[in-house]
Amino acid sequence: MSMLTRRRPEARSTRRTEGSKHPRRNRRSFWIGVAFASPFIVGFLGLFAYPILASGYYSFTDFNLFQSPDWVGLDNYEQMANDDVFWKSLANTLVLAVLGVPLTIAIALGGAHLLNTPIKGQPLYRAVIYLPSIIPIVVGGYLWRWLLNTQYGFVNYFLSWFGITGPSWLQEPDWTKPAIVLVVLWTVGGTMIIYLAALKDVPHELYEAASIDGAGPWRRFLNVTWPTVSPVTLFQVIVCLIAYLQIFTEPYVLAQERLNNISSGPDQSMLTYAMYLYQNAFVYLKMGYASAMAWVLFIVTLIVTLVVLASSKRWVHYGSK
Amino acid sequence: MALNSTQIMTGAGSPRELPVAKRTPKMLRRLRQHGLIIVLALVFLFPLLVMVSTALKAPQDVFSSPPSLIPSEWTFDNFTKAFEQIPVWRYLGNTMLVAGLSVLGTVLACPLVAYALSKVKWAGAKPLFIMVLATMMLPPQVTLIPLFLIWNGLGATNTYLPLVVPAFLGTPFFIFLIRQFLMNVPDDLLEAARLDGASELRTYATIVLPIARPAIVTAAVFQFVWAWTDFLNPLIYLNDESTYTLSIGLYAFFGENDVAWGPLMAACTMFTLPALIIFLIGQKFFIGGISAGAIK
Repeated sequence: MSMLTRRRPEARSTRRTEGSKHPRRNRRSFWIGVAFASPFIVGFLGLFAYPILASGYYSFTDFNLFQSPDWVGLDNYEQMANDDVFWKSLANTLVLAVLGVPLTIAIALGGAHLLNTPIKGQPLYRAVIYLPSIIPIVVGGYLWRWLLNTQYGFVNYFLSWFGITGPSWLQEPDWTKPAIVLVVLWTVGGTMIIYLAALKDVPHELYEAASIDGAGPWRRFLNVTWPTVSPVTLFQVIVCLIAYLQIFTEPYVLAQERLNNISSGPDQSMLTYAMYLYQNAFVYLKMGYASAMAWVLFIVTLIVTLVVLASSKRWVHYGSK
Repeated sequence: MALNSTQIMTGAGSPRELPVAKRTPKMLRRLRQHGLIIVLALVFLFPLLVMVSTALKAPQDVFSSPPSLIPSEWTFDNFTKAFEQIPVWRYLGNTMLVAGLSVLGTVLACPLVAYALSKVKWAGAKPLFIMVLATMMLPPQVTLIPLFLIWNGLGATNTYLPLVVPAFLGTPFFIFLIRQFLMNVPDDLLEAARLDGASELRTYATIVLPIARPAIVTAAVFQFVWAWTDFLNPLIYLNDESTYTLSIGLYAFFGENDVAWGPLMAACTMFTLPALIIFLIGQKFFIGGISAGAIK
């Protein structure tokens, strides 16, 4: 039907008369678009497109900043496979993610639930919980080093109230990862506020219906809250995972011993992937090797994200749509 | 009654408006309601209290076991020492310069690009939007090394160009944020201005910018805090001590064998204060901004 109408001669002729105007207008708006978008077009070419191509090329070279890149094929990637420190840093990073992501989700959702009760002063509480997220990470890192200090810190002091002798957080390899996660969890406020916004959208009737059916708070949470916020949870899990895979500043600051000194904690337990990449690039000046590591990180991130997305069909519910 | 249930739904009603079951334990009830939330808020606030109290302690009080929050004597000694050990004013100034210029760049560039992506009808809008999304998702480590080599080749290490210029070329996240906001602005409004003969730039400046102000302020506040607190970029690009921002300048408190905790906490307090002030001013935009960016 539409094919027929389109072929009618009158239709074609009207299009042609209009057509003489349109291309010029289109061309005009095209250049207007280009003009307005020009900062990003320049930025995209200079800060993304070229660097991505260059980094891909460097990853196949031996390149130490002072000599021009020397093509070595897959050497960097092979070297990675045999590099114990590389595997150590990858394992450390994955442990942090496995430890940190579920805790972040649980605390953020639990906290949001608490904040969601109609209560006076809610904006104040919300602000206080979000506050650590705007504190410079470096400040947070140093501050927690002080709080985790075995002798003078508050954390172990509070633990002693319950008869617990706290560990030497930053000296024992087994405890450095919980310490890093603790520092990151302090900034969970942003995630919590996103959940809070999502909880406000949960229809109240659903809770009422569940209550009438005799569901207790825990059942109501499992059957109403959790499914309703599951799309938001998917978003948070992915964002949080990516953040953990790239984690740099917190472990760097917690492990740092002296100015311009490479520190990675006891038994290299705080050496994350991004830290090792940084060391290779800017301390050992192995720019080729570091570029190859960046690409592996990209691929690992992609795979992990795709796995989470694939699993989401089982646990994410998209409302009535 | 109908009013009440909508209030419960939106969470806007204060406890007073709910039917009061028992009158006597009002205080207790209120305390119980607030109790867990107060505990939660205190946990988040406590480290900052420790920072300030350590900064204000006399040197002999800093190392006390068990630790205490209340100093036996309040003093500004640690601040004096912090100023002696590192050039706090210069580092504050450097950091302010970087953050200020970054905000300026963001405010100039991001709305322009967001406008091109949402309100200009042209063939490039869609592919460009995909590019914005793609760059948002790329791990920064991938571009880190070539970017360093570019700036190094241009002789721009130890200057603020590598930290500031990218903001003037538009940050994908903020472009996305403002674009989402502009998508909700009806086209008719802009069409009317164009029909009146306003130039595209005029339409943008007199109609789009004022409408998009909440989104632009959100981006500006975020950009300020990001630039203010950035660690990795100053670490990579600034090697000359006179150019340091506070993020990397604080290292100086780490001695050969010990850490000067008192002065360090004093410097940390001074480093936190400007971000805190911006947060308190922009709080509404901040908290609205993160939930809007995530849920839309």
